[in-house]
Amino acid sequence: MLKLEKRPSPSVFWSRATPVLAVALTMVAGSAMFALLGKNPVEAIRTIFWDPLFGEFAWYLRGQLLVKAGPLILIAVGLSLGFRAGIWNIGAEGQYIMGAIIGAAVGLAVFPTENRLIFPLMVVAGAFGGWAWAMIPALLKTRFNTNEILVSLMLVYVAQTILAMASTGFLRNPEGAGFPGSRNFSSYPAAANPELIAGSGLHWGGVAALATVVAAYVLLQRHLFGFQVKLSGQAPRAARFAGVKPERLVLACMGIAGALAGVAGLFEVTGPAGQISIDFNVGYGFTAIIVAFLGRLNPVGILFAGLLMALTYIGGEMASTNLGLPSAAIQAFQGMLLFFLLACDILTNYRIVPAAKEAR
Amino acid sequence: MFGGIDPTLLIASLMVASVPILLAAVGELVVEKAGVLNLGVEGMMIMGAICGFITAVETGSPALGFVGGAVGGAVLSLLFAVLTQVLQANQVASGLALTLFGLGLSSLLGQGYVGIKPPLSKPVPFGPLADIPVLGRIFFSHDAFVYMSVLSVVGVWAVLKYTRLGLILRAVGENHDAAHALGYKVRRIRVLAILFGGAMAGLGGAYLSLIRVPQWVDGITAGAGWIALAIVVFAAWQPWRALLGAWLFGGISVLQLNLQAAQAGIPVEYLSMSPYLITILVLVIMSSRRGRAALSAPACLGQNFHAAR
Repeated sequence: MLKLEKRPSPSVFWSRATPVLAVALTMVAGSAMFALLGKNPVEAIRTIFWDPLFGEFAWYLRGQLLVKAGPLILIAVGLSLGFRAGIWNIGAEGQYIMGAIIGAAVGLAVFPTENRLIFPLMVVAGAFGGWAWAMIPALLKTRFNTNEILVSLMLVYVAQTILAMASTGFLRNPEGAGFPGSRNFSSYPAAANPELIAGSGLHWGGVAALATVVAAYVLLQRHLFGFQVKLSGQAPRAARFAGVKPERLVLACMGIAGALAGVAGLFEVTGPAGQISIDFNVGYGFTAIIVAFLGRLNPVGILFAGLLMALTYIGGEMASTNLGLPSAAIQAFQGMLLFFLLACDILTNYRIVPAAKEAR
Repeated sequence: MFGGIDPTLLIASLMVASVPILLAAVGELVVEKAGVLNLGVEGMMIMGAICGFITAVETGSPALGFVGGAVGGAVLSLLFAVLTQVLQANQVASGLALTLFGLGLSSLLGQGYVGIKPPLSKPVPFGPLADIPVLGRIFFSHDAFVYMSVLSVVGVWAVLKYTRLGLILRAVGENHDAAHALGYKVRRIRVLAILFGGAMAGLGGAYLSLIRVPQWVDGITAGAGWIALAIVVFAAWQPWRALLGAWLFGGISVLQLNLQAAQAGIPVEYLSMSPYLITILVLVIMSSRRGRAALSAPACLGQNFHAAR
């Protein structure tokens, strides 16, 4: 029999190796799932992980990688700060939607004025929208000790309803012949978020994601706030003695995560999505939770994890058009990845040793 | 009649609407009493909904459908049990993984079942009792699961309060080290509690797809699992108050649907977000009463147990 022995401190090697191991295991289990669905597993895995990068249409799909990875990385970096400190904001999807609505509303309010300041102003408004939406669970947590997990999640459903109201009501395109959805930002240059380098898929959201990764890295390594975040997660009691104010930490972590999710929503709605519509959000806020864990709650790790998860989105779309793989399969595939990741984590924190034979 | 809404019908449908969240909440209550926080209720519910639906459609028997739903929920919860009890993974993250995976897998399984009608479940024949005006409609016109859900509350309450099993379960949840020192198998008890919670959530999901809706649509649970989690907090981990909570939320969801149908002058969007807003409000009220919620929560809730010796 095997026995678990707690390591004195988490293994550095395994903490790097487990994401790779988890991806490998997910590919194996995913192949089994694809085989059960009656698809050739090797072909499916190749379509998802290889073709978007090196296949026939790679010139186009590689660009899509940045389009999808940008929001995932932005949101996941924000979430990772809270997750490190034991603050579970799982309502990023709602913050993403609210950021998009508030930001877009600012742009649409001044339509058709052309001014260079409009887009930056919209970004600020987007950040504010996400921040304000995240402040609801944060303030309820600090004031009334209300569970932030449940409140932030309930607010996703509320945000979705507000999105429906916006796209059929107060933000609807007045020249849209009554169809739901706002004006398209691609025809409003001052508020649009176009590709910066043609064919690269890089828009301001991708730039912001990269900047956020750098900023978060510096924050965690060099700044007192980063130290407090790490300390609160690893040793809450020690953090209190060291003078960390739990309330302020909750407000800061939730606020940063909300603002980043809001910005991500704004970049999405002005760029790839193009307009506010009932279903412009595609669940990035939830997938970012997987990205944050896959990146080991580390900004650099999240950069890679975001790119990988973007690859599964694009590859999944390819597989569904080329192989007829159901689009839900890729969602199950992503969920599976999180399972294997959490399961493999045991290698980081525990040593597996053969159990001693003699009686204790 | 009040503004086009019949109160008798409202109370009758309130009881039906509360069944899924009640079953899931009672299951989760037992899990949390054992000291485990399983945030995967939404995932287990929706797996129960699709597994139950598929079983019922393929066999033509609603009863077998409910068995299938319970099994579906329990199998998914087994994954959670392995992750948290054997592999010592973080319970919050594992619960979220369960929900994300369950939503994806259910939509995958349900592909061929969209737009199909499940076999119908009949109300329990109460004979002349059902013909009593008002009371007959409210109490004696339902399918068996409405009564079973209430019985499950009674059962869980009695077991937790009066039996040795309940005492052991609570001991494991309050102080796992002490329970371990007394020789109880902490992890085995927790795994069994998780399986029970999964089966109950699965039943609740199957009730949604087989009776409440009744058909299969993607994301059919629409947050019901999360509301069930909120009800456990609302109930302060007491079964009877879970019943009260489930009826309250069932009532709100039925009332808002009725108000939508009656065109009461309140915009539809405000009505459809009301159950979620009221959940938040209730959570705030419950947790703001100085330490009450914190005191009644099982002391080891959410903590993993690893026997050093």
